[in-house]
Formats: sequence, C-alpha cells, structure tokens
Amino acid sequence: MVTASPALVVRGLRKSYGDVTAVDGLDLEIAAGECFGLLGPNGAGKTTTIEICEGLLERDTGDVELLGMTWERNADALRERLGIQLQDTQLSEKLTVTETLQLFRSFYDRGREVGDVIDLVQLDEKKGARVGTLSGGQKQRLAIACAMVGDPELLFLDEPTTGLDPQSRRQLWGLIEEFKSTGRTILLTTHYMDEAEKLCNRVAIVDHGHIIAQGSPHELIDSIGSTIPAPPPRATSTTLEDVFVALTGRTLRDE
Amino acid sequence: MSESKRDFMQSSMVQLTLVRFREFTRQPEAVFWTFVFPILLAVGLGLAFRSKAPDKSKIGMVTSTPAAASIAASLKKDPALIVEEMTDSAAARALRTGKVALLVVPDGNAVRYVYDPQRNEAAFARLQTDRAIQAAAGRVDPVKVTERRVTERGSRYIDFVIPGLLGMNLMGSGVWGIGFAIVDSRGKRLLKRFMATPMSRTEYLISFLFSRLFFLILEVITLLGFGALAFGVPLRGSLIQLGVICLLSALSFSALGLLIASRAKTVEGVSGLMNFVMMPMWIFSGVFFSSSNFPKVVQPIIKALPLTAVNDALRANMLEGTQITALGLEMAVIMGWLVVSFVLALKLFRWR
Repeated sequence: MVTASPALVVRGLRKSYGDVTAVDGLDLEIAAGECFGLLGPNGAGKTTTIEICEGLLERDTGDVELLGMTWERNADALRERLGIQLQDTQLSEKLTVTETLQLFRSFYDRGREVGDVIDLVQLDEKKGARVGTLSGGQKQRLAIACAMVGDPELLFLDEPTTGLDPQSRRQLWGLIEEFKSTGRTILLTTHYMDEAEKLCNRVAIVDHGHIIAQGSPHELIDSIGSTIPAPPPRATSTTLEDVFVALTGRTLRDE
Repeated sequence: MSESKRDFMQSSMVQLTLVRFREFTRQPEAVFWTFVFPILLAVGLGLAFRSKAPDKSKIGMVTSTPAAASIAASLKKDPALIVEEMTDSAAARALRTGKVALLVVPDGNAVRYVYDPQRNEAAFARLQTDRAIQAAAGRVDPVKVTERRVTERGSRYIDFVIPGLLGMNLMGSGVWGIGFAIVDSRGKRLLKRFMATPMSRTEYLISFLFSRLFFLILEVITLLGFGALAFGVPLRGSLIQLGVICLLSALSFSALGLLIASRAKTVEGVSGLMNFVMMPMWIFSGVFFSSSNFPKVVQPIIKALPLTAVNDALRANMLEGTQITALGLEMAVIMGWLVVSFVLALKLFRWR
C-alpha cells in the first residue's frame, strides 16, 4: 500500500477570487503514510487549497499531483481512491446512518463493508437512526465514515473536530489514529494545536495563501520556542499554540 | 443468483433512486400536497359546482295598487320565482344591493321591469317573470313543446376540472419535487460532496426521473380513480394514450423543474422562481376555467404554455376520446418544452 513516491505534491499553487488572492504560490509535499496538518488562521487559504486538491475547485496556476496522478488526466481514478470530508456538508436528515453509508458505498467500485465502517466509527447503536436525530459528534463521525467507505488511500479532513465537545474530539482522534496505523495518508486542517500535535507527523502553517513554517510539531516548537520570550526553559511549556500565535500574530481575524 | 441480486440493490442507480423514495415518503407534508390535496380540491369543487336545478329568480314587486297585488299573488304561485312584495323605497334599495334581480313596477294596467340587462341572472329573471305574467293573463303558446331532460356525463364542471387538476398536479410535483430536492442538496453542500465521489452525475439526475415516474403512476391512478368512482368522470379515450400523455407531461415538467433549479442556491430563492413560472399557468392554462375566456390576441401565447397543452390533451382524451395522433399541436408543445428545458438545464446546471 505504502509507496515510495509522495502521496501529494503541490507546486506553485495560486488561486484568486476576483481581487482576493486566496492561495499565493503554495508548495507542499506529503509522503505516503504520513498524517499532515495544515494550520492557519481563518481565511489563510487552507480550505481553498484542500478543495483544489480534492478536485472540487479549479486552480489558476500551479501543479497538483495525487498518488502519481492528476485531475486533468485521471479524474475518475482519483475519485475512486480519495476519501473526503468537507467542512460544511449536511447529509440528508431523512436517511438513516446505514442508508447514508450504503448510498456512498454504492458510488465506489471497491470499498469496505458498510457494517464494518459503522463499527469503526462506533455508530452501531445508531445505525437505524435518522441522520437528523444524531448529535454533532455523531454526524461528524458519520461524515468521516462516508469518507472512509470507499477504502481511500488518501484522506482529506477539513476541520473535522471544529465545534465538537472534548469527548467527541477524542473519539475522532482515535478514529484518525486507527486509519493512520493502516499506512494510509491523511491531510487535515485544524484550528486546534493540541490536535495537530497529537495526530500529525508534520504540520505546515499557512498564512496569506502560502506556507510560512513547516516541520514536525516538535521541530517547530524547538525552532520557534526559543524565540518566544514568555514561558522559557522547558519545551513542554512551549506549545504549538505559542508557535502558531507567534507566527501569525495576535490580532483577531474575521472571515 | 442472490449475489447478482445483491449487486443490483447495491448499484448506485438503485441506491440513488431509493434515496429519492425515502426522502419523499418520510416527508408527510410532501405526501399530503401530492396525493391528498388534489383530492380534497376535487371534492370541494365537485360539491360546490355539482349539477343542480337552475336557481330560482328572486324578484321584487312594488304592490302599491290592488291590480299589482293580484299580479303578485299569481307570480308567487310560479315555481321558478321567489317574489317579495315591497314599498317603492325598499324596492330601489333591494335592487341596488342585488337582493333581487329584477323589480316589477305597476304602471296603470301595464307593468314595467326594472333590471340590469348586463347581468345574466337579471336577464333570466326577466324572461321567467314575463312568461309567468303573460301566462297568468291568459297567453297561450302557439307552438306545443315537449321536453326530454338529460344530464350528459362529460359536460359537467367536475368533468372539466378533474383533467385540469391532474395537469396542475403533474406540473406541481414535477417542478417542486425536482427543484426543491436539488436546490436543497446544493444549499447543504451535498451536491458538492457527491462531486468528490465517483458518483455518475447522469445517474444522479436519472434517479429523479425514475422516482418521479413511479410517483406519477400513483398520482394519476389516485386522482383519475377518485374522479371516476366518486363523480363518474368519463375516461373515453385510450388509457394507454392517456398514459403516454401523462408520461410526457411529467417528463416535460420535470425538465422544467431541473431548469428552474439549475442555478438557485437557496430554497427561498427557488420558491420565488417556481411561483413566477407556475402562477401564470395556474391562471391562464385552463385549470379551473376554460382558457378560451381570455382575449383572442393572447391565445397564441396561452396555447404555447406547457400546462395549456397538457390540460387540452388530457381533456381531449378523457372527455372526447380523441386519438393522440389528432393532438399534434399539444404533443408538439409538450415535447418542445421537454427538449428545450432539458438541454438548457444541462447547459446551465451548477453542481456546487
């Protein structure tokens, strides 16, 4: 399953909406089997980048290569091999958990058994319940189950835990860890630094449409931690959150 | 065998179509508006406009003279008239407010009729009153007349309105049914989510047509069955041809629904658009009253509306037993809307 070539390569990616430049020359390389975190303030260009990689948005310029393929040449094959969770999708409330997953499963040539995926995301007790009756955390687990039911090699998760309570977040982390342990690749965006620290092999901090820092969470903490005056001596007290705020500034940003 | 059956049930075409059924049947309000409402409307209209004896004419009689009083007495015996004796001033007010359709005012030995000849019931009251007065005074009709009374099935209001309701229902469920589901999915970013899977876009659109055709059969059978059983609405034409007309009409309105839904991002936005498209047809296309009531200059436009063609074709088949081959204009209009809407919808359609 794990191949030597990178799972995702992005070079010189640019995308503007009218006068607004959302992505401004972004480069990214994610190795197969890696869990990569894209961090950045609201409006930094994370979602635009991820949606271009998912084939949902056209890019202005730049190259995107996934699993050695491109959207121009291999769109159908790519859709079979990617798993996607979008930030703002609302699944049909009238369908049950099982029906929703059966629908998504039917789109893929090969994939996992619906029952297995339901077990995996721990929705077994809710499999006959309508989506409309699920809690936020359960809906999010279902969204991730929909992303996994095609047995993807590369999984995109756009803010998978935003708005969830701590228990639901931890449950999702377990799910992501498990997927990671099978040697597949994940690209996730998040606002939670503890999440990135816990899950990601490497992270990139994006601001104003390009990457301003990149490395493993510990590398970033080590390199930046010493330049942050506040809580010195031990690395444990400097967190990735400190790194993030130091790099992207303290002013509030609205989308 | 069981393996291939399972494969069939797990195919995306079947799953997408099942989703359409599930979403529809799990919305009680949608079921009500599609199946129950047209029948309630048919019952209401059938009762309101049921065939009955013509209304009696209400007339006023100014009884200021003894001669007038004796005329009034003879008029009161006439079964077609309701006579009210009144004073001059009361009579004027009764006529003005429409309480009576006509006033009989004595004028020496003669009488004078005061009425508005533009009003149907006033003109009718004049005929009835005059007949009664002249007969009471001894007029003998020179020609002997006998009558045979018949009520022709197919000429009653309920016969007119059932095909109209069917046409309106085909339009409503095609346009709402398809338009809402698509715009709702687009608004919830579900369409976008589907775009990120290998789902076939064609199959997605076809699933709407499949489920639409299934519900079409139910709708047609409920409404026509109800009309035939409860009111004896005739089905004089070929049932197969009636089925073909319904099928093409449903496809045509579904294409129209697809076109209306091709860009809209919110359910609110598309509702306005749907009303804008359907409202003129509810009024002009002869659902509740004949479209020939509208002026001659606008008739070509009215004839070009899809619902007019559908209603005309349904009535011709059901009430007159016309062959589909003799409905060239209507079928051409229906097919024209089908092709043009569908092609435009595919060109304009936004998946995101």
